[in-house]
Amino acid sequence: MSIQEVSGELIEDFELFEDWADKYEYIISLGKDLQSMNASDKTDENIVKGCQSQVWLTARNEDGIVFFDADSDAIITKGIIALLVKVFNGQSAKDILNNDLTFIDQIGLKEHLSPNRSNGLVAMVQKMKIYALAFSK
Amino acid sequence: MSATKNILDTHKDFPTLKRMINGKPLVYFDNGATAQKPQLVIDRINDYYQNENANIHRGVHTLSQDATSAYEEARRKIQVLINAPLEEEVIFTKGTTDGINLIANGFSRGFLNSGDEVIISEMEHHSNIVPWQMACEYTGATLKVAPMNDEGELIFEAFEALLSAKTKLVAITHVSNTLGTINPAKDIVRVAHAKGIPVLFDGAQSVQHMAIDVQDLDCEFYVFGGHKMFGPTGIGVLYGKKEWLDKLPPYQGGGDMIKTVSFEKTTYNDLPYKFEAGTPNIAGGIGLGAAVDYLNTIDWNEVHTHEQGLLKYATEQILQIEGIKIIGTAKNKAGVLSFVHDKAHHYDIGTILDQLGIAIRTGHHCTEPLMHRCKITGTARASFAFYNTKEEIDVFIAALKRALKMLL
Repeated sequence: MSIQEVSGELIEDFELFEDWADKYEYIISLGKDLQSMNASDKTDENIVKGCQSQVWLTARNEDGIVFFDADSDAIITKGIIALLVKVFNGQSAKDILNNDLTFIDQIGLKEHLSPNRSNGLVAMVQKMKIYALAFSK
Repeated sequence: MSATKNILDTHKDFPTLKRMINGKPLVYFDNGATAQKPQLVIDRINDYYQNENANIHRGVHTLSQDATSAYEEARRKIQVLINAPLEEEVIFTKGTTDGINLIANGFSRGFLNSGDEVIISEMEHHSNIVPWQMACEYTGATLKVAPMNDEGELIFEAFEALLSAKTKLVAITHVSNTLGTINPAKDIVRVAHAKGIPVLFDGAQSVQHMAIDVQDLDCEFYVFGGHKMFGPTGIGVLYGKKEWLDKLPPYQGGGDMIKTVSFEKTTYNDLPYKFEAGTPNIAGGIGLGAAVDYLNTIDWNEVHTHEQGLLKYATEQILQIEGIKIIGTAKNKAGVLSFVHDKAHHYDIGTILDQLGIAIRTGHHCTEPLMHRCKITGTARASFAFYNTKEEIDVFIAALKRALKMLL
């Protein structure tokens, strides 16, 4: 599935939620289901520092297809990471670079990607793109 | 000062508190970050821009003279509020941080040398750490940190033991923004003065909770911001004893701070203007004056009783929730409730509470060294002002329980 298709499905899923609590409960469950990173990967090198919550990110390149591993100490942040990983994993570096993440806005989570949130997500998305850029060369 | 207002009637004076957030009535427990503004302050700023706007000092026209009078009247109101002996000892700044930087800058130019020491405490806000680190780096002086105990109280004997002939200044917070601890200000001054050491208090977190009397404290410097005492942002106050303010060099050069200027030699203006270069925040100063007018209608004893009641009630309620630990359990504490949960992250708690209309602060509260000391990455912090109510605490506790249920 393309990035467009995966994010389209997510937007449809989120439209089903009647209120904020359902939406957040879903994000929290995604966070809980996302496999935690190995402690050995939670290094200073892989950390994306936000002053509120911390994010760890690694990436690998398999013939131009990118796979991310990510984790956070906060469960809502981790749930949003799970959404991003779902959308970007197994995609080409070029497609990741070209995606503008409007799906986050469309599922009503835009505020979590605002720089003043200090949750590490903005920096994580930047780091994902930097990985994609490096892999696309 | 005649007290006219019942503390329980103050909530309605603050328009922002009437807002709905995410469909719920706002419960504003982020007063440690900034306090809301009473209608009186908002109207005064509006009126200034509508009817009185002019640049102050030296204008011969009526508007300028009116604006100057209003601005200087605000200075006198602050003088009375904090019981400063002289009007010119009240310096307008941008805020607490600006005031500390002004003093740190002044000290680093002639008052600190290699081998000298500045003493701060473990519970300082970054604003009362970094300017001193910069001053020490520039002068070769050393920064000494007075420790606190596990309750978040200054270990007074250890603090006193740090004072020596090398100590050139004690710069310490009056009330901790993260812990709520009220430091024993008068005792700090007493032991410092016994060794001839001047004292600066960071009053950012005290001015909204208590009456400040700088003569009673007898400190050399007291700095605070306007926005945490129900006034506008971008305006603050540095109180300094005249003998010290006369000694210290100007912080910034420019208009208003000079007496005469030539290319060969400039002479500086008298206090307070020596430290007020450039067109100041006129609307801010006048708005802050209005905030003082508002504060003059409430009784600080009532504020104290009410806020202590809120703190006690909130503390009792929150401790009934499993997994909660309060960070900062000093005996003498202002209305600040910082807490962590053993399984839920503070960011998650803050996010869910926001969905329920409750504004608290989460993170390290600009006190990273304190977070390291407590071995945590951050806390969730509810901080109260006199306009908050017991009912709001009930809403907060119910919301916190709901958040934890969702998160765990």
